Amino acid sequence: MSIIVFLEKEGSNIRNTSLEAISYGSELSKKVNAKVVCVVFGALESSEGEKTGLYGCDKLIHVNDQAFDQAVINVYAHALNDIMNNESGDIFITAQSALADPIAAKIAVLQNASIATNVSELPDLNTEFSVSRSIYSGKAFENLILASPKKIISIKRNAIGLIENQKSASIEISDLKLNPDLIDAEITGTDRTTGMILLPEADIVVSAGRGMKGPENWGMVEELAEELGAAIGCSKPVSDVGWRPHHEHVGQTGIKVAPNLYIAIGISGAIQHLAGVSSSKVIVVINNDPEAPFFKNADYGIVGDAFEVVPKLIEVIRQNK
Amino acid sequence: MKILVCITHVPDTTSKIAFSDNNTKFDSTNVQYIIGPYEDYAISKAVDLKSSNNAHVTVLNVGKSESDPSLRRALAIGADEAIRIDADPMDTFFVATQIASHVKGETYDLILMGRESIDFNGGIVHSLVGQMLGIPAFSPVMQLEINDSKVKMTREIEGGKEYLETSLPLIAGCQEPIAEWKIPNMRGIMTARTKPFEVVEAYDSETRSRNKNFELPKEKGGIQLIDPDEVEKLHELLRNEAKVI
Ligand SMILES: Cc1cc2nc3c(=O)[nH]c(=O)nc-3n(C[C@H](O)[C@H](O)[C@H](O)COP(=O)(O)OP(=O)(O)OC[C@H]3O[C@@H](n4cnc5c(N)ncnc54)[C@H](O)[C@@H]3O)c2cc1C
Repeated sequence: MSIIVFLEKEGSNIRNTSLEAISYGSELSKKVNAKVVCVVFGALESSEGEKTGLYGCDKLIHVNDQAFDQAVINVYAHALNDIMNNESGDIFITAQSALADPIAAKIAVLQNASIATNVSELPDLNTEFSVSRSIYSGKAFENLILASPKKIISIKRNAIGLIENQKSASIEISDLKLNPDLIDAEITGTDRTTGMILLPEADIVVSAGRGMKGPENWGMVEELAEELGAAIGCSKPVSDVGWRPHHEHVGQTGIKVAPNLYIAIGISGAIQHLAGVSSSKVIVVINNDPEAPFFKNADYGIVGDAFEVVPKLIEVIRQNK
Repeated sequence: MKILVCITHVPDTTSKIAFSDNNTKFDSTNVQYIIGPYEDYAISKAVDLKSSNNAHVTVLNVGKSESDPSLRRALAIGADEAIRIDADPMDTFFVATQIASHVKGETYDLILMGRESIDFNGGIVHSLVGQMLGIPAFSPVMQLEINDSKVKMTREIEGGKEYLETSLPLIAGCQEPIAEWKIPNMRGIMTARTKPFEVVEAYDSETRSRNKNFELPKEKGGIQLIDPDEVEKLHELLRNEAKVI
């Protein structure tokens, strides 16, 4: 039996979240005694194969038909389903994303499998196969028993973190071709900020709210993010009025993040915002109102004016580089 | 054009979450229930399409009678008829099967849902139903334009947007800014009472997962406040104590 891990790319490199999915598959493989088979589509940097071995991949299937780089969900789902059949895959693992979750759902139907998304820990195999999932937008967890023989798992960022399990991933080039009959929509374009760290991928997130007063003041937020190698987030009203793009909106109705460090500047900490950040390991709050609810949900805080504190913080980071 | 909008009936976003019966049941004491915020977008979009594309809008919920106020509210916002499939929404797979079974007997051109329910956050019902029925499904959809049977969509992806073209029938998981949230007006509330509201029996379906129990997240250990004049101390703590930079 094998565990199939779907790897997503950024350009021709494997995303960090997918490397974590390999670690997850590899840790799980120790408990269920299975081979970890990873699958990647399209153009790939040549050193990336070795990297998958570092996190515990036994075999990397590289489907190198570059047509896959512009493919739609349905195409990937069926290709992965075929591979899962060929490799006697019983468990399918992916890191959560806008592409991966719908793929996972489609495979669950094709494989008659149980499915869990938003998974936040390794499965518990003691009595039955169960996973812990984040629910109520981060306000609680549920332990869910996956009852079917086949299981599909989509993991949240930082579910277990990156764990090294050195293996010598054998690389198999697959000549699987994209099946045009499966194209159910045409991707006519994409519009992405390039060169920026993706919010769901980031180890550090610098996020700012209405306390910034206007979009013209985001310079220092961007500078702080740059110094820390962080992604930028914002509160909902900020993206609602168009100060920042929608894909930076963090919270219950936006992106749920789980970085190692979340820095909230001029955000009051409304319950809907907190829901999206509660999985962060460490939270820092900078707000001039000592009564701001965010302080009750943070690890470190500075009660002060962001326009004074943030430039100082940037300065200190620069001095200590 | 026939539109189906599938809604959830979920705790208000400000609800404090607690569990009872040894952490096996959701404690609904003092909890206010609402239509999921993403489905509010779906209903609003459907109502917009009523005027622009002459659509007929059916709103559907898989749930018990507790959900009726949410269905009535959807009628008051502008849906034309409501259907409740009378069953406990036991797992994602079960709910998707109920919806797919209903859709099979009908001829919907467009099925709108929210991107995810805000209680169980599965975010996959649209894709499951799409795969079960062989209908294209996309989520989260931020923009949706329909011309005859041609569809143009904007979908959010990590760090940006993806533009898609396809044709009806289609399933879309909605999120902002697909439409402006609508609230019922007096006339809507009055006419809602006379609109068709049907309760149907659940279809035969299996579940594939089962809740074992719930847990609440660990509480934060309390905050350390740093003087705004000692910002370097924050840096020091983040580096040496928290070890995150
Ligand atoms: C259904 C629903 C869903 C929602 N989903 C989300 C969501 O996903 N994400 C989200 O963020 N919100 C969401 N909200 C909105 C949420 O309730 C709050 O309104 C929002 O988070 C507030 O944003 P904010 O903190 O930026 O603004 P405010 O609440 O206005 O807070 C601004 C803060 O800045 C501080 N401040 C002002 N000036 C300074 C200064 N010079 N220096 C330092 N601090 C300063 C103030 O003290 C204040 O605490 C949702 C609401 C609803 C009803």
